[in-house]
Amino acid sequence: MSRSIIVSFLMRDKVGNALLAVLLALAIIVPFCSLVFEPGDTFYLSSYWVTLLGKYLCYALLAVAVDLVWGYCGILSLGHGAFFALGGYAMGMYLMRQIGERGVYANPLLPDFMVFLNWTELPWYWQGFDMFGFAMLMVLLVPGALAFLFGFLAFRSRVTGVYLSIITQALTYALMLAFFRNDMGFGGNNGLTDFKDILGFNLQHPGTRAALFSLSALALAGGYLLCRFIVNSKLGRVLIAIRDSESRTRFIGYRVERFKLFVFVVSAMLAGVAGALYVPQVGIINPGEFAPLNSIESIVWVAVGGRGTLFGAIFGAWMVNFGKTWFTGAFPELWLFFLGGLFVVTTLWLPKGVVGLSAQLSKMRRSKAASVAVSEKSPVQAQAVEAEPQPQQASQVAPEPEQQAEPTPKNLDQGAANV
Amino acid sequence: MSKPKHIPQNTLLYVDGVTKSFDGFKALNSLSLIMEPGEMRAIIGPNGAGKTTMMDVITGKLRPDEGIVMFEQDIDLTQHDEAEIANLGIGRKFQKPSVIENLTVFENLELALSGGRGVFQSLLHKLSNQSFGRIEEVLELIRLQDKRSWLAGSLSHGQKQWLEIGMLIMQEPRLLLIDEPAAGMTDEETALTAELFKQLAQDHSLVVVEHDMDFVKALDCPVTVLHEGSVLAQGTLEQVQQNQQVIEVYLGR
Repeated sequence: MSRSIIVSFLMRDKVGNALLAVLLALAIIVPFCSLVFEPGDTFYLSSYWVTLLGKYLCYALLAVAVDLVWGYCGILSLGHGAFFALGGYAMGMYLMRQIGERGVYANPLLPDFMVFLNWTELPWYWQGFDMFGFAMLMVLLVPGALAFLFGFLAFRSRVTGVYLSIITQALTYALMLAFFRNDMGFGGNNGLTDFKDILGFNLQHPGTRAALFSLSALALAGGYLLCRFIVNSKLGRVLIAIRDSESRTRFIGYRVERFKLFVFVVSAMLAGVAGALYVPQVGIINPGEFAPLNSIESIVWVAVGGRGTLFGAIFGAWMVNFGKTWFTGAFPELWLFFLGGLFVVTTLWLPKGVVGLSAQLSKMRRSKAASVAVSEKSPVQAQAVEAEPQPQQASQVAPEPEQQAEPTPKNLDQGAANV
Repeated sequence: MSKPKHIPQNTLLYVDGVTKSFDGFKALNSLSLIMEPGEMRAIIGPNGAGKTTMMDVITGKLRPDEGIVMFEQDIDLTQHDEAEIANLGIGRKFQKPSVIENLTVFENLELALSGGRGVFQSLLHKLSNQSFGRIEEVLELIRLQDKRSWLAGSLSHGQKQWLEIGMLIMQEPRLLLIDEPAAGMTDEETALTAELFKQLAQDHSLVVVEHDMDFVKALDCPVTVLHEGSVLAQGTLEQVQQNQQVIEVYLGR
């Protein structure tokens, strides 16, 4: 059994493996197209496209982080944008300190906005951000620490469901308001921008942009692998148990709050990494990134792609963002209506998202076939009956079209994708 | 919290003077109950008699307003939460079958397997051959060998009940609290369940809450009747069925 679990897992995550291959290919091909070909060539990719695609990769990593907590553990966090933004700010602070004397006011120590505010010395929390290693540590630790504190209090008090969603929303909103204030020392309204270089490489240079793109692809692949490892371990099954029946899990003897805290912190750190990769590519981080709408959008990505599959989150993030790029170009005013409509359509008709669509279609076909030929047993039904030692129970478990979970072995492939 | 009195030797569960009110309504009213190791006890009583509240108090879901709840003579259960109590060796089966629908039968049992409840232990958990064998044994006991790779959500109602009982057994508890196991089962399933419990009673203590008198009869064990949060009568099923107060309580409604 344990062997067959591994075998079936490898078969099961075909999509995920293909996705990893695509990411690795992208990490090579995109820089190649951008750097080797000249403008005008068929295969040339401009910096605009490299950056845009890089952004999508960062969003996809955020989506994977959201799926880990929401899809597997049932924690609907409407504040994951906060962790993304905090990671982004940590990176932004490093990039600000790299500007040095090249700023408008040419102050070797203070970023421009501090000089503008007549500050004379660097606040304590800006210390150390001139060191890349320290800044990268903060990219993980700041979102992680906030998630730990927040999760510790919320999960210990058994705040669940919609109440948890509301306080996560409040968290990101509160941070947005705080970061808007000039005296917070994070550039207020304007945020952090005018970055020059990262580790000595010019951020405007196509080579740097290509490298950042490749790093984003690798980070997404790494994040996917990490989450896959988590959800395929026994811990992942505990998470599903918590999602499906929290009190049952407690009575089996698992300390639900610790498991929730663990995934929440891991997820926040992944979101932080996504934000840190996002900022040097788009060249700015401002308090708008904390806006509740951003967090809600990331929920829509996961819902549209299909929650509880990890790769669904990635597809969802890509599809919705490609849609957004196109829509905001073609019909700028309609984008939010479209986004809202998309969420409604997904909730009503695509409970398992786009990746659940094929399973849903084949189920519809099956139930149609079953209703056409009632007397004639379809292969699936026959199998179910064979597997059943007691005939009178077999009639109980015979597939009914309107039943949510079908008691057929076929159903396993579909359900197993959640595991 | 009053200091525990002298608790008789060889007592597995000692419940004394437990009261729990909800907005003035006393769901439990000075309830007392003693279970010895290896004992099976059926608890009956009309709706609202406090059966489920009693289980909630023992398993740490509710804290009693007053009274003593001791396990194995020296563990004060009112000081522990659900997970701790589960790990102390008290397993609970809910009235409504509560299995993890999106995991397979095998995975449900694996989850309940005793030991390894920590976060990082779970992350790096590998199923040993011994544990694998144990799961196989329980699969056989609950008659779900053929359905090990089915999603628990696709089982029939009775099979879910069995799976949940199987999960209890995997926890290797000293005491099992079982809430209406026969509800929704066919006659045949009910009979098999009674057999299973008798088998379990050989090396576990069981508290079975049940409405179905035929099932209680099949269990053939001492019966406690609860009414309005306290014990009304105790004895064999025949004895309590002839008890005048019990007849009034059941027929008076």
